[in-house]
Amino acid sequence: MSAIAFWGAVELGLIYGFVAVGVYLAFRVLDFPDLTVDGSFPLGAAIAAVTITAGWDPWLACLLAAFGGAACGIVTAFLNVRFGILNLLASILTMIALFSVNLRVMGRPNMAVFNRETVITPFYDLGLPDHVVRPLVLSVLVLVTVLVLARFLASDFGLAMRAAGANQRMARANGVDVGRQIYAGMAISNALTGIGGALFAQVAGFADVTSGVGTIVVGLAAVIVGETLFRTRALFIALLACVIGSVIYRVAVQLALSADFLFLRASDLNLVTAVLVALALILPRLRSRKVVAQ
Amino acid sequence: MRRILLTAAASLALMTAATAQTAKVSVTAIVEHPALDAVRDGVRDGLEEAGYKAGDNLEFTYESAQGNPATAAQIAREFVGNSPDVIVPISTPSAQAAAAATRDIPIVFSAVTDPVAAGLVASNEAPGGNVTGVSDLSPIAEHVALVKEVAPEAEAVGFIYNPGEANSVVLLEYFREAAEKEGLSVVEAAANKSADVQAAARSLVGKAQAIYVPTDNTIVSALESLVAVAEENDLPLISGDTDSVERGALASVGFNYYEVGKQTAEVVLRVLKGENPGEIPVTFATGTDLVVNRKAAEAMGVTLPQAMIERASKVIE
Repeated sequence: MSAIAFWGAVELGLIYGFVAVGVYLAFRVLDFPDLTVDGSFPLGAAIAAVTITAGWDPWLACLLAAFGGAACGIVTAFLNVRFGILNLLASILTMIALFSVNLRVMGRPNMAVFNRETVITPFYDLGLPDHVVRPLVLSVLVLVTVLVLARFLASDFGLAMRAAGANQRMARANGVDVGRQIYAGMAISNALTGIGGALFAQVAGFADVTSGVGTIVVGLAAVIVGETLFRTRALFIALLACVIGSVIYRVAVQLALSADFLFLRASDLNLVTAVLVALALILPRLRSRKVVAQ
Repeated sequence: MRRILLTAAASLALMTAATAQTAKVSVTAIVEHPALDAVRDGVRDGLEEAGYKAGDNLEFTYESAQGNPATAAQIAREFVGNSPDVIVPISTPSAQAAAAATRDIPIVFSAVTDPVAAGLVASNEAPGGNVTGVSDLSPIAEHVALVKEVAPEAEAVGFIYNPGEANSVVLLEYFREAAEKEGLSVVEAAANKSADVQAAARSLVGKAQAIYVPTDNTIVSALESLVAVAEENDLPLISGDTDSVERGALASVGFNYYEVGKQTAEVVLRVLKGENPGEIPVTFATGTDLVVNRKAAEAMGVTLPQAMIERASKVIE
C-alpha cells in the first residue's frame, strides 16, 4: 500500500467517521436501528454538489447538508413516534423515498464537484502534500464534532436522551419526553450523516444517487470495530472509537485493494466487511468466556 | 504485521523497478457488468495488438468498485499511489473519482456518455488538464445515415420523445444537427407518458417520411404502439438502440462495447507514446453493430438494400 493510498483510506475513514458517530447515536444511545442514513448520506452529497456548483460557500453547503439530513431523521422519527410504525420500517420508508428526493435535488443521477472551491481547498497552500492535507483537515473537523457531541451527551438534555434509549419506561417515569428525545436524536444522527455526505462529495469529487448503498453497514462496522478495540464507559473515547473504527475499516478495505495482497481482490470486499464485523462481534464473547473460566 | 509491511514495501520496490521498461495501465469500473467488462477486455486486447502484452511488458491491473462510489474513490487513490502511466476509468463515477484523485497522472476514460456534463473535460474538442477518453454517446450521425439509407427520398424525419427526459432533450439537439447536415428537417412529436405515444406517432403521419425513436425510456416502453402506426402508414422506423429492432423497429446501429474498449486502447497508446491527454479531443465511439429487421421492413414498405443486409451483424427475419 502506497502512502497516497494509505492517506486516501484514512481520509475516507474520517468522512465515514461522521456516519459512524451518527450510527452510534441512533443504534447505541437511542437503541433505534436506523437505515435512514442510506438516504441521508447521498442527500448530503447532493445538497453539497448542487450548492457548490452554484457557487455557494462550501461551509454553507455543509450546513445545509446537515439540515437536510436532520429533516430526514425527523421524518423517520415522525413516522415512528407519531404513528407507531416500527422503527426499522419507518427508516426504510424514509430511505426509499430519499432516492427519489435525491434525484430531484440534483436533477440527474450524478453531479461533478471537482475543480471547485471546497472546505479543503484553502488548506492546500499550507505547503504539505495534498493527500496529507485532506485527512489533516478532516481529522480536525471530526475531532471538533466528537468533542461537541460528547459535551452534548453529558448535558441534561443529552442525559435524558441516553436514559430514553437505555430504558424508555424508566425515563418516562422520571419525566423524560421520550418522543422528543427520539426526534432530537434522529435529527442529530442524520445531520452528522448528511455532513459526511457533503464532505464525501467534496473530497471524492462527485455526488451520485447510488453512493448511499450500504452506508449503514459501513457505519455499523465502524462502531463495532471501535467498541471492540476500546472498551470504555467514557463517552468521548467511545465516540472517538467509532471514528477510529471507521478509519481501520477503510484501511482494511485498502489492504484488500492493494495489488494481490493476501490474494484479496476488490470483489472480496463484502466478504472482508462481513468477516471484520463478525470477528468484532465474536472477540468480546471469547474474552468474557475467559473471564468466566478464571 | 511487520512482515506484512515488509512484504508490501518489497513488492512496492519491485513494482517501481519494473516501471522503467514496462507500461503500467490501471483500469477500474464502477461495477462488474457485461458491457463494462467487454470494454475492459477490449482495452487489454487493443494494447496487446499494439505489442503491449499483459504480464510481459504491460502491467495491467483491474479493480471493480462493486457498485459502491466510496470504493471507487478508494480505488482511485490506490491507483494514484501506484503512479501508473495511464489510468483507465470505465463509467462516469469511476472517471470522476479518478479525475478528483490526481491532476498529474494521465486519465483515459471510457463509456462516459457526456464527459462535459460529468465535469471531466472543459470541452470535447480541447479537454485540457490530464483527462481525455472515449464517449459512448448514442451514434446519432450513423442513425441519421440509416434513415437516409432506408428512405433516400425522405425530406423530413419525425423525432418522437418525452420532453421530460433530460437525455432525450440532449439527443434531440444532436439529432437535429446531424439531420440538417444531411438535408433532412426534423419534426418533433412529444409524448409525456407511454399512453400518449400512439397519438404522438399519428401526429407525424403526413409530415414526416420516416420516424426516429431515441433511447427514450417512455417511448421505448410503448414501442409496440409506435411500430403499429409506422406499419400502417409505411413509415420506416429507426431506433436508437438495437434491442428495439427485435421488438419491431426497422434498424439500428449500436455499440459493441468490446470495440469501444479497443477504441479506448488507441487513445491509451497515444498517451503512452507521450502525447498530452489534455490535447487529445474526446473520441466518440463509433457504432459497429448494425441490426436490421427484415419483417418490419416489409411491413413498413421498405426493401432493404442488399449491401445493408450484408453489412448487418444481425438480421431478424
